Amino acid sequence: MTSRLSAISLNTFREAVRDRVLYNLILFVLLLVASAPLFGAISIDIERLLLINLSLSSISLFGVIIAIFIGIGLVSKEIEKKTLYTILSRPVRRWEFILGKYFGLMLTLVVNALLMTVGVYAALLITAHKLTAADARLLVAVYFIILQFLMVTALTLLFSSFSTPIFAAIFAFALFAIGTFADDLRNFAAMAHGPAGWLATAAAYAVPNFASLNAIFQVAHDQPIPGSLIAYNTLYALLYSAAVTAGAVLIFERRNLK
Amino acid sequence: MKRSVTTIAALLLVALFAGSVVTLRKVESLRGREATLEEVLYLPSGKVLKRLSLGYSGLLANIYWTRAVQYFGAKRRERATRYDLLAPLLDITTDLDPKLIVAYESGAIFLSQKPPEGAGQPEKAVELVEKGIRENPNRWRLYFTLGFIHYLDRKDFKAAQEAFERGSQVPGAHPAMKVMAARMAEQGNTAAVALELWTAIYQTTKDPMVRDTAVKHIVSLQATTDIEELSRIVETYRQRTGAFPSSWGDLIRAGLIRAVPHDLTGTPYRLMPGGAVWVEDPGKFPFLAEHPQRNSN
Repeated sequence: MTSRLSAISLNTFREAVRDRVLYNLILFVLLLVASAPLFGAISIDIERLLLINLSLSSISLFGVIIAIFIGIGLVSKEIEKKTLYTILSRPVRRWEFILGKYFGLMLTLVVNALLMTVGVYAALLITAHKLTAADARLLVAVYFIILQFLMVTALTLLFSSFSTPIFAAIFAFALFAIGTFADDLRNFAAMAHGPAGWLATAAAYAVPNFASLNAIFQVAHDQPIPGSLIAYNTLYALLYSAAVTAGAVLIFERRNLK
Repeated sequence: MKRSVTTIAALLLVALFAGSVVTLRKVESLRGREATLEEVLYLPSGKVLKRLSLGYSGLLANIYWTRAVQYFGAKRRERATRYDLLAPLLDITTDLDPKLIVAYESGAIFLSQKPPEGAGQPEKAVELVEKGIRENPNRWRLYFTLGFIHYLDRKDFKAAQEAFERGSQVPGAHPAMKVMAARMAEQGNTAAVALELWTAIYQTTKDPMVRDTAVKHIVSLQATTDIEELSRIVETYRQRTGAFPSSWGDLIRAGLIRAVPHDLTGTPYRLMPGGAVWVEDPGKFPFLAEHPQRNSN
C-alpha cells in the first residue's frame, strides 16, 4: 500500500515539475532579490517590514494558486486522458489514488514554499546585511502557510472529485476567500441571535479558518507566537484536511467512472 | 470491500470534522477575541488599505464597519473602560468609504460617551464627524451629531451653536436645527435641552446600541427633572405644615399631586425621611448623578 501511495505521489510531483510549475520560483526569487535594494529607496524605516509582508504574502498566494490550478486537474485530467482506467485496473484502490494525488501535490507545494523561503532569506540578507534571531520567526509563518496549503489542496481535491475543473476552481477560490474572513464570520455569529446565529455559527465552523493560520502580521512586527498555538493550529489543519480528504474519498468511491 | 471503504470514509469524515471544530475552538481561545482586530494597530492608514483593496474598498469598508460595531458591542457588554481600537477602526472604515454616513453618526456616539457606555473620547468623535462633514457637506444630520457632542460631552455651547447653525443652512435641513441653535444661545446647559437632543437621537437612530444609550440618558434626564419638581412640591408642603410628608399619600391628600409619581421605567419614586426624593433603583439611571440642574446657568 505504501509503495503504491508513494508511486502515485512521486508521479504527481514529477508531473507538476514537468508542467514547469516550479518556474514561478525563479520569477519569485529574481523579483524579490532584484527589488530588495529598492525597498530602502522607496520606504522609510520599513524596508524589512515591507520585504517580509510582500514575500510571505506572495508565498501564500503563489501556493494557493498552484494548489488550486494543479488540484482541479488531478482527477479530471486522468479521466480525460483515460489514464485513470489504466491505473485503477492495476491493484490500486480508488482511495489510494486520491491520497497519492494529495500527497504528491503537497510535496510540490512544500518544495515550492521552502525554496521560496530560501529566496526570502537571501533578500533579507541583501537588505539588512545580516540575519537576526527574530528572522527565525519567519519559519513559523511559512509553516502556517504550508498548513493552509494542506487545507486548500484537500478542498480542491474534494471539489475536483465531483465537479468540472472550472467549477472546482471557483468553489476552492470562494472558500479560500471566505476562510480568510472566517474570524469575521465567527464574530458575526457571536452577535447574531436565533436561527441566523445558529446558521452563522455552523458556517463559521464548516468553512476552513485561514485567519488563524495567518501569522504574517505578527512575524513582520516581531510578535511572539505561542508554541501552544502552533500545536493546535497544526492539529486543526490536519484534522480539517483529513476530514475533507475523507469526503473526497467518499465521493470518488461512489462515482461512476464508466 | 468498496462498501467498507465508503463506511470508513464516512465515519472518518464525521469524526475528523468534529475534532476540527473542537480544535478550532481551542485555537480561538488561544488567539483571543481581538486577534483579527489587532492588525489594525499595524496598519499604516486606511488610505494605504484602500489602494491595496484593488477597487473593493466599499466591501472592505463594510467589513471594517462590522468589525467596529462588533468590537464596540463586545467591549460594552464586558463594561470595559478602554476602547483602544475603536477610533482606528472607525478611521479606517471612513477612509475606505468616506460616504458611509452611519459610521460617522453612530461611530461618533460610540466614541463620545463616557466609559463603560462608550470610549470617552469626545475629541476623537469631533474629529470623526468633522471628517464626515468635509466628505459629505450636504448631510445636515452630521452637523446635528457634531452639535450634540459639543453640547453634551464637551460642554462647549458656542461650538454646539455654530454646528447647529451651519447645519441649518444645509438645503433640506430639519427646521429643528435652527431651533436648537437658538436654544444653545438662550439656555446653554439645561436638562430640558439635553432631553430634547437625546429624544431626537432616539427617534432617528437605527443603531440598537445608540438607541439603548439614548434610552438610558432619557430616563435619567426625566428622573432628574421629576426629582427637582417633586423636591419643590415637598418643600411647599413643609412650608404649609411645618413638617416633611411621611408618604406620597400626604401630598395627595394635601392636593399637591394627583397620584404616586413614577419614573419612566414604571417604578414609583422614593420619598425618604427628611423630604429627599430619589429613584428606587439607581442602577437603571446610569447618568442621573451627572446631569446638569435645570436652569442652573
